[in-house]
Amino acid sequence: MMPALFQVLPLVVIWLALGAVGIVIQAYVRNTKLVFGYYLGTLALTAILAVVTAGAKGTMFSGMITTGGYANFFDVLFCSAGILSMIAARPYLQRLDGELDEFYTLLVSAVTGMMLMAHSNHMLVTFIGVELMSISFYVMSGFLRSDIRSVEAALKYFLLGAFASGFLVYGMALIYGATGSLEFGAIGSAVVSDALRFPVLFAIGATLLVIGFCFKIAAFPFHQWAPDVYEGAPTAVTAFMSTGGKAAAFSALIPIASVVMAGDSVVTGQMQLMVAIVSAVTMLVGNISAIAQSNVKRMLAYSSIAHAGYMLMGIVNGTTSGSEAIVFYATAYTFMQIGAFVIVGILEREEGGHLQLDDYAGLGKRQPVLAALMSIFLFSLAGIPPLGGFFGKYLLFVSAIDAGFTWLTIVAVASSVISVWFYLGLVVKMYFTEPSGDTSESPSGIAAITLAVSTVAVIALGIVPGWITSVIRSWPPMLTP
Amino acid sequence: MGVFSLLCTLFVPLAGSLAVLLIDRNQGKAIRLTALAVSLVTFALSLLMLVSFDASSSAMQFVVNTSWIASIDAGFRVGVDGTSLLLVLLTTFVMPIALLTSFTSIKKQEKEYYMLLLLLQFGMTGVFMALDTFLFYVFWEVILIPMYFIIGIWGGKDRVYAAVKFFLYTLVGSLLMLLAIIWLGFYGDAAGVGFTTDLMKLRMVAPAIGIEAQTWLFLAFALAFCIKVPLFPLHTWLPDAHVQAPTAGSVILAAVLLKMGTYGLIRFNLELFPAASAAWAAPISILAVVGIVYGALVAMVQTDVKKLVAYSSVSHLGFVVLGIFSLTVEGIQGAVIQMVNHGLSTGMLFLCVGVLYERRHTREISEYGGVTSAMPRFAVFFAIAMFASVGLPGLNGFVGEYLTLLGAFRSPYLNSWWYAIVSASGVIFAAVYLLWMFQRVMFGKNDNPENHHLRDLTTSEYWQLAPLVVFIVWIGVYPHTFMRLSEQSVRAVVGHVMHHTSMSTPPSASVTPR
Repeated sequence: MMPALFQVLPLVVIWLALGAVGIVIQAYVRNTKLVFGYYLGTLALTAILAVVTAGAKGTMFSGMITTGGYANFFDVLFCSAGILSMIAARPYLQRLDGELDEFYTLLVSAVTGMMLMAHSNHMLVTFIGVELMSISFYVMSGFLRSDIRSVEAALKYFLLGAFASGFLVYGMALIYGATGSLEFGAIGSAVVSDALRFPVLFAIGATLLVIGFCFKIAAFPFHQWAPDVYEGAPTAVTAFMSTGGKAAAFSALIPIASVVMAGDSVVTGQMQLMVAIVSAVTMLVGNISAIAQSNVKRMLAYSSIAHAGYMLMGIVNGTTSGSEAIVFYATAYTFMQIGAFVIVGILEREEGGHLQLDDYAGLGKRQPVLAALMSIFLFSLAGIPPLGGFFGKYLLFVSAIDAGFTWLTIVAVASSVISVWFYLGLVVKMYFTEPSGDTSESPSGIAAITLAVSTVAVIALGIVPGWITSVIRSWPPMLTP
Repeated sequence: MGVFSLLCTLFVPLAGSLAVLLIDRNQGKAIRLTALAVSLVTFALSLLMLVSFDASSSAMQFVVNTSWIASIDAGFRVGVDGTSLLLVLLTTFVMPIALLTSFTSIKKQEKEYYMLLLLLQFGMTGVFMALDTFLFYVFWEVILIPMYFIIGIWGGKDRVYAAVKFFLYTLVGSLLMLLAIIWLGFYGDAAGVGFTTDLMKLRMVAPAIGIEAQTWLFLAFALAFCIKVPLFPLHTWLPDAHVQAPTAGSVILAAVLLKMGTYGLIRFNLELFPAASAAWAAPISILAVVGIVYGALVAMVQTDVKKLVAYSSVSHLGFVVLGIFSLTVEGIQGAVIQMVNHGLSTGMLFLCVGVLYERRHTREISEYGGVTSAMPRFAVFFAIAMFASVGLPGLNGFVGEYLTLLGAFRSPYLNSWWYAIVSASGVIFAAVYLLWMFQRVMFGKNDNPENHHLRDLTTSEYWQLAPLVVFIVWIGVYPHTFMRLSEQSVRAVVGHVMHHTSMSTPPSASVTPR
């Protein structure tokens, strides 16, 4: 029994630390610093355990949970995103007078949900993970209670999120009806061996599932919630939601898509085409809408929609090379997007002040370091080498061309060019215009740690991507249905 | 030693830019001198490469081949042949001059400026050395960021527009090239060498690609390069970028950045897609000829000196492209030497315009007149630059233009005299617009009171212009010194194209890489 439990140590530890110890500490000790430190330690320990147990590949709990490799990589990514966001959130919330212990509890509970999603080998586990993450996010979005925009974001997110969860469950139910199982492996073999009892039900179920996930990753046409929620939520939360949340949704989508699209039937081809079209439209809509924004937070929100579109290119491929590309891109994206949002958070003032493009005028002169880092993140988001975002995009292009979807890569290229327009627009503001208006200094506090780590990560992922790709390559093929 | 100097030439500027980053921003003098010292050391190191270079071989020399990203077989593969060596030397030679000219003209944010300039040098050198399509692409794009900031922060009135236009134009072309690079990688897999970006491997298998696919690949690469050259009608970013950039930016842009495009055409289009190159030789040459005439005619009506020089670049680069796509040894040799020539003479013209601008803060031709009487020594240098650009025999421009026209005449692929005949008119037009400009600026009556007491050349300006004159005359009188370097590489390329198009009997030159 012991060695078996060893495999799931990261999940068990974070679960116990959160549910058994964390809540108790919070009930009796009102010491924010202690809670903050405790959860920081929890995430760090979980990440270390995930690295230690990465080699223990297998399934646990009657095949409901997978361990090792892929899932552990995402554990580390989620914990890193959690740690980085937490560090950046503290000075931000203190400044806006909204710091409560529960914020950190919710953040760790969201990380737990994400980890469940990555570890899932069973639709129900996926669903529990999705809900655990989403419910934490709903509350976190509304965390600045006195700010009407924050409350609005929370409500909107909750209503639409609950609706999308309905799609997910319904899709799962129909797939269960068609295949007789909720376990990924069993579904996969049913698809491959053409043993579907009701192919039509299966197709509808798979489509509903994709719709549910499209909502979670904010892909067209279910993306409308994202700009409002990302803009209204506290910036520190947005940083975490738009990166960890998106990466988690992909970590769950990759195995599901690989079983649903496992066969060479007509359905598979149509699903591929559907995902390809969704991907193409998502990146175009995200980038074109971002051009029209004058609010930086909203602009980054739209751009994050486009990034979901890029990552969907990897799903189209359906093979290992596609998921590799997504994993790499999600990693790079997490660091560059957190970095960008944290800088936005540092510059932000009460009641959504200092979020307009014009407020960034002359930042290169006022705060040269912040401006330089922001430029690095923006260039990486735009996919300019030698930064992490470029290499991720390269891998995605490779996988899409491999799958025979050259037209999709051409659309991706076109939308990349469009995206450069608004990323450069912000750089132009920062460097090529003179400072104007309120130009008070904004101290970054401990968020500087987040920025330093993200910058190093973004540059390292671009210059020595081999470190990550060789880790990804070392995993056994995703699923063998 | 060759490998050592090659790696140093590549990485010393990068190290230098990091060193500048560490200097306190108030130490303006230390920043300037560090940057200059770094560029001079780099130049010296690049000369070491010249010493151990074997000009009798067409193979890549000083090759470094290390694994970089194993999963996609992208390697850190660098090396030089004669063509790239000439361009690397041009880069390292022009850089100290560009830095020197910035000493007086750049007043704000010096630290960032010199850091970016050295970063730019790193990227440019890398482009000429890369022997891996992925690595090449990375260097190609790395250049965008420093150049974008140099134009955007230290440029003229419409600098933002020019900087963004420069960035977007280049990016559109290069992203399609990236797709072609990926496609080629998969072709390598199908052809039995595995998914690869190794240029040497691809060079062996790529010419066998079917003509239809080859055409698309050829066009994807050619678009990226022709935007950079720039070939008519893709040239519209150039006048904006040139006019708005600070003097050093214009010099580097003209001397080196544009050459990346023409270099890419030789290195990638001709070597990887010989059949498509032969098929597209005529259409591209027509565009080149149109560019020669169009650039010259537009230059003629400019009222702004810098814009005039910028359009003259469009015209001069047309000769280079024409030479390349004549697909003959004479033509490509002419094109290579013309790349160097254009770097020297147009770079010098931009320096001269910078000298005038610094004194009067205007570039309008009508503002000047009779400047010779106030600046006699400057007039000599300006005249040399102008005559070199016109193509006066005895100076460098003549050699390159003569050879490219000869190549166009003799080309079996173009197979018509009209290319050479029409382009030759470009030489005449060049004489017209340059001499006319020179006459209006330098001669006549000095009747604008502001021009009465212009200061003649300073010591620093002498040092910027004099080295250029040495090489302008040297190439004009004895081009063999330089052409000898690239001769074998060019023969190999032409042989490679002929071999794959069966245009005539395969030549004796070896085309198999090591």
